[in-house]
Amino acid sequence: MKTNHVISMKEVVKNFPIGGGFFTALNNVTIDFKEGEFTGLVGPSGSGKTTLLNIIGSLDTPSQGEAIVLGKAIQTLSAKQSAALRNVNIGFIFQSYNLLPVYTVYENVEFALLLQKKSATERRKMVMDALEWVGLTDKEKSRPSQLSGGESQRVAIARAMVKRPPIVLADEPSANLDAANSHHILKTMLKLNQELKTTFIFATHDEKVMHYLTRIVHLRDGQIDSITTKDN
Amino acid sequence: MLLIKTAFKNIIGSGKRTWLNVTVLSLTLVIMVAYAGTNDGFVEEARRETREWEIREGQLWHPEYDRFDIFTLQDAHGVIPDELAPCVQSGASVPILVLQGSMFPKGRLQNVLLKGIPVSQTALALPSWEIVPDGSGDIPAIIGKRMAKSADMTTGDRVMLRWRDHNGVFDARQIVIVHIFDSKVPAVDGGQIWFNLDDLYEMSGMAGQATYFVQTRDCLVMSDVAGWHFKDLKFLMKDIDIMEQTARMEGVIIFVILLSIALLAVYDTQVLSIFRRQKEIGTYVALGMTPRTVTWLFTLEGTTYSILAALVSFVWGAPLLALYASYGIPIPGSDDYGIAMGDVLVPVFKVSSILITFGVVALFSALVSYLPARKIARQNMVLALKGKIH
Ligand SMILES: Nc1ncnc2c1ncn2[C@@H]1O[C@H](COP(=O)(O)OP(=O)(O)OP(=O)(O)O)[C@@H](O)[C@H]1O
Ligand SMILES: [Mg+2]
Repeated sequence: MKTNHVISMKEVVKNFPIGGGFFTALNNVTIDFKEGEFTGLVGPSGSGKTTLLNIIGSLDTPSQGEAIVLGKAIQTLSAKQSAALRNVNIGFIFQSYNLLPVYTVYENVEFALLLQKKSATERRKMVMDALEWVGLTDKEKSRPSQLSGGESQRVAIARAMVKRPPIVLADEPSANLDAANSHHILKTMLKLNQELKTTFIFATHDEKVMHYLTRIVHLRDGQIDSITTKDN
Repeated sequence: MLLIKTAFKNIIGSGKRTWLNVTVLSLTLVIMVAYAGTNDGFVEEARRETREWEIREGQLWHPEYDRFDIFTLQDAHGVIPDELAPCVQSGASVPILVLQGSMFPKGRLQNVLLKGIPVSQTALALPSWEIVPDGSGDIPAIIGKRMAKSADMTTGDRVMLRWRDHNGVFDARQIVIVHIFDSKVPAVDGGQIWFNLDDLYEMSGMAGQATYFVQTRDCLVMSDVAGWHFKDLKFLMKDIDIMEQTARMEGVIIFVILLSIALLAVYDTQVLSIFRRQKEIGTYVALGMTPRTVTWLFTLEGTTYSILAALVSFVWGAPLLALYASYGIPIPGSDDYGIAMGDVLVPVFKVSSILITFGVVALFSALVSYLPARKIARQNMVLALKGKIH
């Protein structure tokens, strides 16, 4: 049963130096995520949702404990190894989209593939597929500044999904979107989750998001408060 | 390759600031190339003219001769040594006899150097062939335009000349100016009168003697001969070398000033953009670049300014400098300089100095781009993504 755990956190502690001492943002978090999960980290502001996502995404390392992602211990990776892990295996979706402003939609989506040194024809096909998933094939030449919030977030989803990573981490993806757009992107992600078996982990306090989740991990003060599972 | 493309896109995408940086860098480049070209043109012409009119491949001096001390002239002459006779015969070596004298143009007294040169010589550009008698019986002589100006004389003027002969006895005759030559080399012009060497022999009683020889390539004697000292180009053109050094130092100072301004603009842009593009930096890392790669990306962006500047400079600078090179610039009052100089200065643009200028600009823009970009590698990417680094 532990074979299909793509992510495994064991007694993870994260301390941030603050003033003379430490602030404990995560306190003994132990949790596993299975392949194809559509999970959310939910909790009040400051409860440690982003911190946990960052550790899973190897943008940060635990102060104590073990964080194993796709069989790799995050705390032991070199800068190069963690960059490779992110490049190939992890898609990020941010609250404020984080699109590269001087690039077109197409180029934004293509970027991770360029880092992977994929051939031009391969890239072209993958990018167009990704844009089709999010319904933006007609916007491939637009710049981020010409897009609405909902469109921008769909580009971000395409960018995270284009390399077909096993894991996508989405930090408050709907926070800047209206209800209709929120539902739209969530449906898109759910569809991809089902088609590609991608593991999605959200950090959110949006009710609309929670509606779609199959498992909700409640965080409070850096600890897991409770876990609820739903069958959609 | 991806980095280069990305860097290029980023700086093109950042608009006005990019063009400001490119403009100052390009100005620096073109001004420096123009400056170096002007110097090189100036120095090259000075060297070329000096050689053509005065020294060719070098001079062979009588041991007593010192061109800066006219009091040595009394003794600074001797019989042409046998070793040199064939060269003198063939014209490959030009003997020149120098005497001291005074003339009285319009009642004033002016000290002059009397120089005798074989009229048949062709080794020097000095038009000795113009020294021909006018039939009056007065001794024919030519002078340069500076001398003509300072003594207020023109062609056809006659003037009383006094000199000492080989016994130290004063002698005086009337001479006639048969030609005024135009040379860019003051050293063959100011304060001197050129005679047919044979006339000067007769006037001084120093037949078969010389003060120095101008050596050409055809005369293989390029070393001391029978006590005569060979003076090479380096020695004879020391003034020009010194001037070149001075001008080069000036150039370096101007370059440093201009480049500092340009680099300050690039540095400022870098610091600002690393600060402002926190989220973008975080995004690159999230997409799978290492922080070190992002450092290189930003360094490359800064360096790209200088590459763009080179392209831009080529577009506006090359035609401008080509125009400059074909027309030159007029130099007012060029007679007043102590060094050979034409009325029009034509620059010489050397590929080497253009490349060096560009290389220095590129190197330093890379450096000032790298310095602030270094800190990206030490940055906390979580904070960068939040745009929270100060
Ligand atoms: N680099 C840091 N230095 C110091 N404290 C930090 C740092 N990063 C996070 N924290 C603190 O850790 C706690 C958890 O932060 P985190 O960003 O994980 O919360 P969150 O659950 O994502 O909150 P929100 O819903 O507001 O996004 C917060 O109290 C925050 O102030
Ligand atoms: Mg958060």
